[in-house]
Amino acid sequence: MPDAVSALDGAAFEGFARVEEAGPCGMIALRGDLSSTALRTAATDIAGTGFPERRKAQFADGKGICWMSLDEVLVLCPYREAAAAAAKIEKALHGTHHLAANVSDSRTLFFVSGAESREAIAKLSPADLSPAAFRPGQFRRTRLAQTPAAFWMRDDLTVGVIVFRSVAQYAFDALKKAAAPGSEAGFFR
Amino acid sequence: MSARMAEGGLLLNRDRAIEFTFNGKRMTGFEGDTLASALLANGQLLVGRSFKYHRPRGIVASGPEEPNALVNLGRGARLEPNQRATTTELFDGLEAASQNHWPSLEFDVGVLSSCLSRFLPAGFYYKTFIHPRPAWKHVFEPLIRQSAGLGKAPKGSDADVYEHFHVHADVLVIGGGIAGLAAARQAGAAGAEVLLVEQFPHWGGRAPVDGGLINGKHPSRWVADTVAELERMPNVRLRARCMGAGVYDHGYVLAHERLSDHAPEDNLPRHRLWKIRARQVVTATGAIERPLPFAFNDRPGVMLASAVRDYAVNHAVSPGDRTIVVTNNDDAYRTAVLLRRAGLEVPAIIDARSHAEGPLIKAAHDHGIPVEFGRGIVKVKGHARVEGAAIGAQAGEGAVLEEIACDAIAMSGGWSPAVHLWSHCGGKLAWDDERVHFRPDPEGAPTGADGGAFVRAAGMANGAVTTADVLADADAQGRAAAEAAGHARRRKAGPKADPEQHAPAAAVWMMPQGASAALRQKMWLDFQNDVKVSDVQLAAQEGFESVEHAKRYTTLGMATDQGKLSNINGLAVLSQSLNKAVQQVGTTTFRPPYSPISMGAIAGEARDETFQPIRRTPIHAWHEANGAFWEPVGQWRRPYCYRRPGESVEEAVRREVKNTREALGLLDASTLGKILVKGPDAGKFLDMMYTNMISTLKPGSCRYGLMCNENGFLIDDGVVARIDGETFLCHTTTGGADRIHAHMEEWLQTEWWDWKVYTANLTEQYAQIAVVGPKAREALEQLGGFDVSSEALPFMAWADGKLGGFGVRIYRISFSGELSYEIAVDANQGQAIWNALMQAGAEFGVMPYGTEALHVMRAEKGYIMIGDETDGTVIPQDLGLGWAISKKKQDFLGKRAQERGHMIDPDRWKLVGLETLDGSVLPDGAYATAPGTNANGQRKVQGRVTSTYYSPTVGRGIALGLVKRGPERTGHVLEFPGTDGAIQKARIVGPVFYDPEGERQNA
Repeated sequence: MPDAVSALDGAAFEGFARVEEAGPCGMIALRGDLSSTALRTAATDIAGTGFPERRKAQFADGKGICWMSLDEVLVLCPYREAAAAAAKIEKALHGTHHLAANVSDSRTLFFVSGAESREAIAKLSPADLSPAAFRPGQFRRTRLAQTPAAFWMRDDLTVGVIVFRSVAQYAFDALKKAAAPGSEAGFFR
Repeated sequence: MSARMAEGGLLLNRDRAIEFTFNGKRMTGFEGDTLASALLANGQLLVGRSFKYHRPRGIVASGPEEPNALVNLGRGARLEPNQRATTTELFDGLEAASQNHWPSLEFDVGVLSSCLSRFLPAGFYYKTFIHPRPAWKHVFEPLIRQSAGLGKAPKGSDADVYEHFHVHADVLVIGGGIAGLAAARQAGAAGAEVLLVEQFPHWGGRAPVDGGLINGKHPSRWVADTVAELERMPNVRLRARCMGAGVYDHGYVLAHERLSDHAPEDNLPRHRLWKIRARQVVTATGAIERPLPFAFNDRPGVMLASAVRDYAVNHAVSPGDRTIVVTNNDDAYRTAVLLRRAGLEVPAIIDARSHAEGPLIKAAHDHGIPVEFGRGIVKVKGHARVEGAAIGAQAGEGAVLEEIACDAIAMSGGWSPAVHLWSHCGGKLAWDDERVHFRPDPEGAPTGADGGAFVRAAGMANGAVTTADVLADADAQGRAAAEAAGHARRRKAGPKADPEQHAPAAAVWMMPQGASAALRQKMWLDFQNDVKVSDVQLAAQEGFESVEHAKRYTTLGMATDQGKLSNINGLAVLSQSLNKAVQQVGTTTFRPPYSPISMGAIAGEARDETFQPIRRTPIHAWHEANGAFWEPVGQWRRPYCYRRPGESVEEAVRREVKNTREALGLLDASTLGKILVKGPDAGKFLDMMYTNMISTLKPGSCRYGLMCNENGFLIDDGVVARIDGETFLCHTTTGGADRIHAHMEEWLQTEWWDWKVYTANLTEQYAQIAVVGPKAREALEQLGGFDVSSEALPFMAWADGKLGGFGVRIYRISFSGELSYEIAVDANQGQAIWNALMQAGAEFGVMPYGTEALHVMRAEKGYIMIGDETDGTVIPQDLGLGWAISKKKQDFLGKRAQERGHMIDPDRWKLVGLETLDGSVLPDGAYATAPGTNANGQRKVQGRVTSTYYSPTVGRGIALGLVKRGPERTGHVLEFPGTDGAIQKARIVGPVFYDPEGERQNA
């Protein structure tokens, strides 16, 4: 089986923030009763992190769990482990009502990094990107220009952005415009 | 003649001269000039021609309320019409051109329309040009369109870039005058996150011009100190050149920042549209001075008294050597005193009030300026510019008592609070008789989701008049806004100013108050749209009593300045004509934007490659590199066909159909929707969603299903595969994926919330490739690893396995009638497996095919297409799909609707095939006519073409159509008149043109 090729194959852009497609990333959509111990354990066993509260995410060592809605989380893991991880969750939750699907290939992950990375996102998304409202550990499902997106802060300088694979080029182009050199608003400094 | 004074200019940097051109003439200004101040400094009083009568016009105001000084700015890809000279900062190389004249600004043929003005009153186009009828279209309209109009529309695309910026704030303060600064300061002290925006490049508004003392300092000093104080506060942010444009529900505010208008070569975004979500909004937008309606008040050289002061103090520009001040209030006396102090002549202050006393009036006396009370200007003398004024009694009818020579007139009709932003979201206004203005009614503030006020007006915008009142009000509003936003940490002592004494202003809506009809026809209310006192009076006389109707009839306030100068005067004239109080007449609706903003800023990043998202499959780049002729399908781009060099689109489609039927074709079917439905109740749920029985499907099998809405109409179709006991994968149409997923979720979340079903839209997880044609099996065997024999994988089965090393799921389904496998692979492997299939298929003559070949082949087989055979009024029974409607199920969406009388009417139009008698191709959408006409005298119809193609397989035109009682009438010939008048005849046949037994797909 040939190597997986992500939508933009690692394309990058240097503006006032760096925009970089992160390559393939493992993602498992998990729907079910988020209060059930079985589901929480199945997710945390894969990610090796705690289970996130509403509108939050937890990460460790390239893995993580993101709160997506009242009955859905997104489990992140290395791309190559995703299929096995989905199967493992499926097995762990056998007999309980849930849905676990490997969605790694349907998404594209970008990292937007730099001191003003928040501003690049704030040009395209209505979410509150101010440091007071949005910090590492939080997670937003919203939009990026005209397309759905989810994002979080990997650290104080880096925003992780997930979009659908088919609009990867659009999202990259929009992020490039947003991060154009010299166009920073200087608002979140 | 206006000119630059030798000294002064608060905003000027006289060390830096700036070159610009006006109508090609080279002129010089200074850094800190606006285009308007620079034009005045260069003696350019005449700046444009009016919209309707082409009258010569000069600069009236000094801000966004300016009605006359609109110019074409820039050229080529940076040309922008209707730019206000008063808000355009001067920069090196600026090119401006005046508008609305021919052949030149100084000599304009259109001015003839001014002579005809008595034939062009309000609403003239509703009555003057009625007869003869055809003349409107061919003579009058083209003529009027030619003569009316402002700037030139740019021809090319805009060279600049624009962007949006979303921010959230506790308190947004709009307006950076002393009120805005005071409000922001107090809100900031309370601990709120504050954003303060100001439309001009400088802070402080008019206070530095009008003087006085704040906390014992000159206002300029206090402004500079306060800005510095605010900049030190980490929770306060300031933006100059950023205009609050609109206030919307839930504290949503748009502000328009001009980043590089003053330095266009900087390659920065030109404008940034701020999308602000604020808990509380403080509108500290100041007030706008009103003109006075006297005859010929539109002559170049007549300016607002405040504008005269602004230009004199900020830009060291004098409007002329001899300036008459005409007023109904004390404030304009400042202008007289200021001009006199600058060494200029003020021959008279014409005060419409019979008497007034106060410190400002005393100052005028002290400077030896003659003050004439109880007088008004009867008419302005001069044509291309002011040469004098005829003075008479304000109480009279226009008898001239004296004439005074002058070259400028500074007028003040009082101040109207700029209530626009307060009003955008429903803020109510109250009329203040004493101050003669509408001001925000504190009881009628715009309210948020919690029922509390979310907009507060502050300072002059709230009706305050003196500096002391402005500061006290703004300080309190800033504090209140912060508190309402949940912050009350600290309070700072508010700024103080000494109380001022004013004599009351008089309400003057006409000058003189009993002016004759001839004078009223020359009193301009709306300078930009050429609306006069007589027009508003005519509207009232003709029954347009509502202010909104009168506005539309006269076009008062409908120009690009949105009536900032004219609205209050206009409605006051209307109220007098109707014998009503001003508050009974009320104002017209204030709508965003406050002042025009650029189309580019509204579009933001949504242009060029990011105009809208284009969805790309994993194989998109290959298609592009291999001649794809694109077709938009939803937001996807799909290859319509792949053109080879020298090949037409039609030729390519025929080649692709033929090759697929005879050898091997590949189709990128990745865009088809794939929705995973899982749970103990999934079967029960899908039995409701589809018309057929899905729950009985065996794992490993597929079934073609139909989805209807609750009205019985067909909304989507596709193949459902059962994955395991409680898991199904539902294929939808390309355009239906998101819609059907939402449809499923809606039913699950609102109606069947207790059913145990989860869905997930996996459309993009897989690349899906249809391998189609008699050689399909051989090609897959060439790749190896997967048993694709008829026994192992019969028609309508699916299986997982390894194909040529790829982990795949293969569905044995066919939309072409050929032997066909649809291969699903993880999207990240999509391009690789496509390459592998092209390679493996090479020896079998593989060719990719596009959506048009797909359409032709499905039509040859009589398969319906959602959106072609369906249009929201078609039920499955119309399409011969009764076999896919379960008779056993108790219920499914659409079941009851399909039992309604109209749905079981035998006269319904039903699906048939159509074969032209001469083999030609029917036009798409053509109607089959029936004998007779309907009640509207239109030809009756009995059917229409829904799909029509040239079929290379059967060598003739084929079509599908819906025909009244169609299937019963097989063999009948229908007539299809074309738009060219020719009639095509076609015979009703069965809808399947090719391989009706299905031997090929079952092979």
